[in-house]
Amino acid sequence: MTTAVIIGILAGAIASGASVLYASLGEVIGERAGVVNLGVEGQMLVGASVGFVVTAITGNVVAGIVVAALAGGCFNLVFAALVIQRRTNQLATGVAMWILGAGLSTLLGSRFVGSHINGLPEIELPGVAILGPLAQILRQDILVYLMVPLALVVFLALFRTRWGLRLRAVGEDRTAAVAAGLNPSAIQYQALAIAGMFGAVGGAQLALSFTRTWQDGMTAGRGFLAVVIVIFALWHPLRTIVGALLFGGSVALGLALQVRGAQTSPFLLDMLPYLLTLIVVLIWGRPKAFTVPMGLKAVFEGTAR
Amino acid sequence: MVVGALHVGSVKDAGYNEAQHAGLSKMMSNVSGIKLLEAENIPEGPDAERVMEDMIRQGAKLIFPQSFGYQDFALNVAKKYPDVKFEHPAGYKSADNFGTYWASSHDLSYLLGMAAGKATKTNKLGFVAGFPIPQILATVNAFHQGARSVNPNVTTHAVFNGSWVDPGKEATATNALADEGVDVVTMVVDSPITVVQTAEKRGIHSIGYHYAGVSQFAPKGWVSGVTFEWGDMFTQFANDTIAGTWKSQSLLPGLGSGTVKLADWGKSVPQAVRDQVASEQNAFLAGTKHVFQGPVYDQQGKLRIKADEITTPAAEGTFINTCDWLAQGVIGQTK
Repeated sequence: MTTAVIIGILAGAIASGASVLYASLGEVIGERAGVVNLGVEGQMLVGASVGFVVTAITGNVVAGIVVAALAGGCFNLVFAALVIQRRTNQLATGVAMWILGAGLSTLLGSRFVGSHINGLPEIELPGVAILGPLAQILRQDILVYLMVPLALVVFLALFRTRWGLRLRAVGEDRTAAVAAGLNPSAIQYQALAIAGMFGAVGGAQLALSFTRTWQDGMTAGRGFLAVVIVIFALWHPLRTIVGALLFGGSVALGLALQVRGAQTSPFLLDMLPYLLTLIVVLIWGRPKAFTVPMGLKAVFEGTAR
Repeated sequence: MVVGALHVGSVKDAGYNEAQHAGLSKMMSNVSGIKLLEAENIPEGPDAERVMEDMIRQGAKLIFPQSFGYQDFALNVAKKYPDVKFEHPAGYKSADNFGTYWASSHDLSYLLGMAAGKATKTNKLGFVAGFPIPQILATVNAFHQGARSVNPNVTTHAVFNGSWVDPGKEATATNALADEGVDVVTMVVDSPITVVQTAEKRGIHSIGYHYAGVSQFAPKGWVSGVTFEWGDMFTQFANDTIAGTWKSQSLLPGLGSGTVKLADWGKSVPQAVRDQVASEQNAFLAGTKHVFQGPVYDQQGKLRIKADEITTPAAEGTFINTCDWLAQGVIGQTK
């Protein structure tokens, strides 16, 4: 393989992993607070659609991202109200939110399909040209640049702040948290609002930067992958970076192999990202003690009270 | 008369759905007194039947279920309402009140391949598609044979995304092609926007498919494309329905019918190339040349099409529906 191709795969890994990473970070926060949300795909679609529509109308891509994040937060508050206030089944509600998000985004975006936007610009760091072909890896948008710092912020917020400690306490055992004088519902609302923002920004990155287009169902399952990556990452924000890059890398690698005429079925190569994720979850994903938020167990044991 | 139409996506996708929608719009301006009921984003499932029945209750006498996947659902409805006519695209089933239509674009793919073969400096062309199904493999082969006819050194890199709608993968695939040195890229996916736009960003040429309007996304790199113009055909369907002369047919017009043609040339295409393509087009129209003119060898070097083997529209149709190989010089896997 030529250097250009390897660099292309690395650049592709980062660019196509970005949207998934944002969504995974959001899901980590939600699950650490004891709520599984299978509706990430819906959040991403809402973010992609709102971000694209606002950018198309205002011509301002920053406005697009900000409004997308707010919309994602509000969208996830609907989910929060159902599972926290009404105590609905988290899994079923999550699936319903996916379908709702898909429908809402289609409705909202329908008049803007085929619109032309000036997407998020790529950042050209000064002096980057010295790196020659490697510069392609660094030629990314601001949301890609913010991936690692934001993962670090989420890590610090969850594990180094009082707020994070409370959030994790709620995720471990709601009853004990109440006994400790916490308000679990309030904390879960906060967690889910933030999670929704992350998911929506992930979708917005896909629509506003990577593809600069809005198409119905354009996230194509990336939201579900984000849920898997959270398990793979053992609910740790920094490890989601590895998971997202692994996904992005296998998409880029599969397509690059096809382009180079590898003697492998395109069907198999198209499966690569999902196959790799599954294999890694199987091998690596066996949770050690104290990694799974204990509150999540209740979700799978049913909602009987 | 009331006419109903179902679209699987948005009619502003600068692609498949917009081409169908533009055809309906032209029908509306050609035939007076039509009320058009259009429904977008209708999934290819049982819901489609409800939408069609609802249109019939509103008086629809002619229904366009405008996606391949509506075929069986539309046939169910057609059986229930024998006095309503149906026109379905690119299908293989029909009934007394259920006709099929499509247009053969393979001649044009060959002509566009010629333009691509002339435009490339690296001798590498790219083709992004959803799945390696026979119609697509035949299209890739036609495109490649066209390119080879003017540039024997050319290779065509075919990438299959495993989806007709995944802009994220379409962008990654286009980038991967550009990284490999491909400098002209074409596609058959539902909406060509992402591939065309990403190619423009990478500073390489693009050749569109479905709808000419996508050229606005590539002011610099646009070469040309296949554009479907369904207006006259749909007008005929409407007029026949009104006159009571509508018959169930299986239509597949090709080059010269006006239903499918070359989009406008991009600025970068020299006059000499336009002329060369035009003269080849005339040879196709005159029947002195054929798109799947043998001898054609496959990737393993096996003779697949003998000289003068495929020269009639019927033979071409059979070939297009059964092709399971890629031609010599195409890089890509069929299964």
